[in-house]
Amino acid sequence: MLDVLKGPVQAVQGFFELTGRAIRNVIAKPLYLNDIFLQMDSIGVGSIPIVLLTGTFTGGIMALQLGRELQQYGQTDQTGTAVSIILVRELGPVLTAVMMAGRNSSGIASELGSMKVTEQIDAMRALGTDPVKKLVTPRMLATNIMLPCLTVIDDFIGMVGGWVIGMIVYNLQSLRYWTTTWQALGWSDVVQGLLKPFVFSFVISLVGCYFGLNTTGGTQGVGRSTTQAVVVAAVSIFVIDLFLGKIFVSGQRGL
Amino acid sequence: MNPPSGNAGAPLLEFDRVTVRFTDVVALEDVSFRIRPGETRILMGAAGSGKTVLLKTAMGLDRAASGRVVLMGEDITRRPETELFDLRSKVGMLFQESALFDSMTIAQNVAYPLLNQKAIKMEREKMEPAVRDSLRFVELEQTMERYPSELSGGMRRRVAIARAVVTKPPLLLYDSPTAGLDPITAHTIMALIIKERDVDNTTAVVVTYRYQDGNLVANFRYNPNSGRLDPVGSQGTNTIFMVLRDGRLAFEGAQAELEASSDPYIRKFVKRPERDAA
Ligand SMILES: Nc1ncnc2c1ncn2[C@@H]1O[C@H](COP(=O)(O)OP(=O)(O)OP(=O)(O)O)[C@@H](O)[C@H]1O
Ligand SMILES: [Mg+2]
Repeated sequence: MLDVLKGPVQAVQGFFELTGRAIRNVIAKPLYLNDIFLQMDSIGVGSIPIVLLTGTFTGGIMALQLGRELQQYGQTDQTGTAVSIILVRELGPVLTAVMMAGRNSSGIASELGSMKVTEQIDAMRALGTDPVKKLVTPRMLATNIMLPCLTVIDDFIGMVGGWVIGMIVYNLQSLRYWTTTWQALGWSDVVQGLLKPFVFSFVISLVGCYFGLNTTGGTQGVGRSTTQAVVVAAVSIFVIDLFLGKIFVSGQRGL
Repeated sequence: MNPPSGNAGAPLLEFDRVTVRFTDVVALEDVSFRIRPGETRILMGAAGSGKTVLLKTAMGLDRAASGRVVLMGEDITRRPETELFDLRSKVGMLFQESALFDSMTIAQNVAYPLLNQKAIKMEREKMEPAVRDSLRFVELEQTMERYPSELSGGMRRRVAIARAVVTKPPLLLYDSPTAGLDPITAHTIMALIIKERDVDNTTAVVVTYRYQDGNLVANFRYNPNSGRLDPVGSQGTNTIFMVLRDGRLAFEGAQAELEASSDPYIRKFVKRPERDAA
């Protein structure tokens, strides 16, 4: 029984050790600025197309479904309110994070995994660099910065998607849609909508790095750690989202 | 920096009853030896016998579960990773799969230790000539701006040798420099290793399956005038052979003793009749 638990417990321990080292290296010199910018480009800028696509369609489909429901109560012009609250609080952060897990946790895991199995990680250690500082910290920081930005883009483009569908299908007035959308949002929604991606960004980058750096067993092993990284990152995002949601909901009840 | 060969000074590398374990295998068991400055060690052994692990343990890349590893007078067995970087800059390692960084050009690969090893204090202006020299040493100066994926396996090995020697470390560890190469390329690479030994007086450990590699190192010397290898005759070189079997040191001694051994496992490595000349 204890033997069955040993593997996962060690993995969790290893993950938090890596997290600690990656965060400590943020303040330790040298900070590899070049690597951070490179990663911001590949992780962040490279993800914009996928965010634009998923954002437009989720916004559109939400407006379509919610609009019909609201029509029954004669409240079609509240579509903007519903779309914006759901997007900013929940769907924007979670969907963006899950898409990023699919694209970047896997990318990071396979890149570091190939470096591990071809001894490039060992070579780095032999040649004077700490792989955590050189590879993990830049990826973490780049994701920390880019995921909240991408989430804002996703939220906004989702609202645009909702607006287009609202106009075409339910003949919503543009001004009415955007006013309700804007007025629906309170400070706590904005805080929640930015705090979540910040937390998720640690999961996406560090889970990818952890599985990459712990790859064994040649090229086959790289495939395995890539898959594991995506699954673990995506599931963790949903679990953490529930906990964060709980904190925010109970926080608001007092107001 | 480089002690003259034959100096019976303090060992550069010492293993004292070292055992290395991974989750389900014992990779090295109770291995002891001392390498003195100026020696070249030929390390042989079957696949999986622990040759790579031995080299990595010598640099603290793999860690001993018990015993002591002393590198250049410092006990590294339980030193934290961050304290090892300065010591590692005095050791050059050729990895089995070359381990060049895919994302960097050949020149950037060779410059990497100069830029990243804090103990190496070289002015920026001197780096480019050092990189060029090192690549000229392996006769690949023309590939500076290319990427590792554009080179053949033998060329990658040579670039990796250039990267290992660019900082002029006193100790070099070569992991299977000739594995998987055709005989001509393999000979070129062994000639480079001998040249490095004779030009810079380095101490080295060379992992190989091929007995002729060891024979070449033990009996030939680089001639700087002709650029070829000449037989050394009776004076010999400071070469010692080691054979690993399942993580244990099965043999340590001179070439004559190795050839005289009656152990069937050891004989398998010696039975290579073709003594090709340089
Ligand atoms: N990081 C590791 N994790 C788990 N086991 C390992 C690791 N590194 C090496 N081993 C095991 O240690 C043993 C010795 O491996 P090593 O790589 O030293 O062999 P080798 O003598 O270099 O073989 P080859 O000639 O094939 O390169 C093998 O059983 C190997 O599976
Ligand atoms: Mg090996």
